[in-house]
Amino acid sequence: MADSFGAPIGAIGAYTLAAIRRLGQAALFLGQVLRHSGTSVLRPSLTVREIYFAGALSLIIIMVSGLFVGMVLGLQGYETLQTYGSEEKLGVLVALSLVRELGPVVSALLFASRAGSAITAEIGLMKATEQIVAMDMMAINPIARVIAPRFWGGVISMPLLAALFSAMGIFGAYLVGVRLIGVDEGAFWSQMQAAVDFDHDIMNGVIKSIVFGVAISAVATFEGYDAPPTAEGVSRATTRTVVHSSLLVLALDLVLTGFMMRMWGT
Amino acid sequence: MSEPPLVEIKDLSFGYSSARQILKNITLDVPRGKLVALMGGSGCGKTTLLRLIGGQVQPSRGYVKVAGETIHQLDQQALYRMRRRMGMLFQFGALFTDMTVFDNIAFQMREHTDLPEQSIRDLVLMKLNAVGLRGAAELMPSELSGGMARRVALARAVALDPMLVMYDEPFAGLDPISLGVVGQLIRRSNDALGATSVVVTHDVQQSLRIVDYVYLMAGGCIVAAGTPDEMRNSSEPTVHQFIHGEADGPVGFHYPAGDFADQLGVTHG
Repeated sequence: MADSFGAPIGAIGAYTLAAIRRLGQAALFLGQVLRHSGTSVLRPSLTVREIYFAGALSLIIIMVSGLFVGMVLGLQGYETLQTYGSEEKLGVLVALSLVRELGPVVSALLFASRAGSAITAEIGLMKATEQIVAMDMMAINPIARVIAPRFWGGVISMPLLAALFSAMGIFGAYLVGVRLIGVDEGAFWSQMQAAVDFDHDIMNGVIKSIVFGVAISAVATFEGYDAPPTAEGVSRATTRTVVHSSLLVLALDLVLTGFMMRMWGT
Repeated sequence: MSEPPLVEIKDLSFGYSSARQILKNITLDVPRGKLVALMGGSGCGKTTLLRLIGGQVQPSRGYVKVAGETIHQLDQQALYRMRRRMGMLFQFGALFTDMTVFDNIAFQMREHTDLPEQSIRDLVLMKLNAVGLRGAAELMPSELSGGMARRVALARAVALDPMLVMYDEPFAGLDPISLGVVGQLIRRSNDALGATSVVVTHDVQQSLRIVDYVYLMAGGCIVAAGTPDEMRNSSEPTVHQFIHGEADGPVGFHYPAGDFADQLGVTHG
């Protein structure tokens, strides 16, 4: 009796402990990455290379997605606003939605699947083919040489990609709203300019995207470094990167939005 | 008194868990300037022993001393100082797949020295020339055959002229020609660099031709030791079985298992 009752509870306990332990390992790992970040600063070429792989190679998917999201926002926004006769507010609606929310969040989700998974797979395969341990045996710290540049490459790329996403989105909304539907161009831009505040709106978005960049890069590098050195291990780690970092982005977004509204009353 | 050995291992035991000990009470010496083979069947703990010498894992008992320093007592910095004087050839080469052959060999020189690029270029070409692959400098690792990759890894392992070179299965999966070439390269680089080398292998014939001394391992213990000639002529059953590649003998063919007939559900008549 005690056994059949105790076993599932024991399993829940074991699972919880394992999850907490892993969270602790990830935190320690992040601490190590930060401690060994000197090389990434002293040798910027290492970080620039990773910005190219994580950031520059994500440009197309980010910009095309931004354009489409903006176009849809333009259509949907116009549809709703015109019932109140305030379609000239379309620019404001689109810009605020993108800069404060959709830009950072959607580009972070895309970044997690496009670049985060690539970082995990690359590090995991380097580990599986003993490249990481070979480097360690050459007295070159793999955290400093391989992990930290990838981490910082992701952190630096993320806000830039989010900004581009928002810019493309606004352009997409302009194409649909002004060019296609015929909203007044002057109202579209001038109302947007008047309503969007640099400190409150744009900085909110920038802070969010930096936090998302840290979260995704940390998850991606940790999962890669921690992956079992087998085909199955690397494939599971890659999946976990996408799932965990996407969920983390959405959860952090809620927390940050609440926090910022409270702090700055925006 | 003679010079102390470069690698000194005493009463070394190691296990990933306390229940399953991989190495039991290993004691062995690797004299300076010599080429020593650690032989034994797959899974007998040879590679683990190399990992212990390189300080990648901690022993549960005993110690490994390299050049008079106890490896597992060194802090990260001291361990890295020690590793700069070690070279290691990994079983599958472990070449950096995002760099050319040239950059793979130059990697440690660029990371650890302030040499100008021109000198690095000359040094890399010399190392590549020694393994006969100067012409392959600009190829990527994915464009190399298995034997070529092993030779590049060999050149990389000795790139900084280390005092101790460790080879993990340098002969595995090579064709007969590459096998001979790699064997000679290991012997030559040991003698030319004045280095000390440890070769982990289960390729008996090839390694007996090139090494100075052999330790034979089985089940996590050293079961025999001697010069190649002593090993060839040994009448000790385990040595004889291993050197002559006999399926049956003290080392069983089967992984421990229950009675086969029982497992098949056939009763003994």
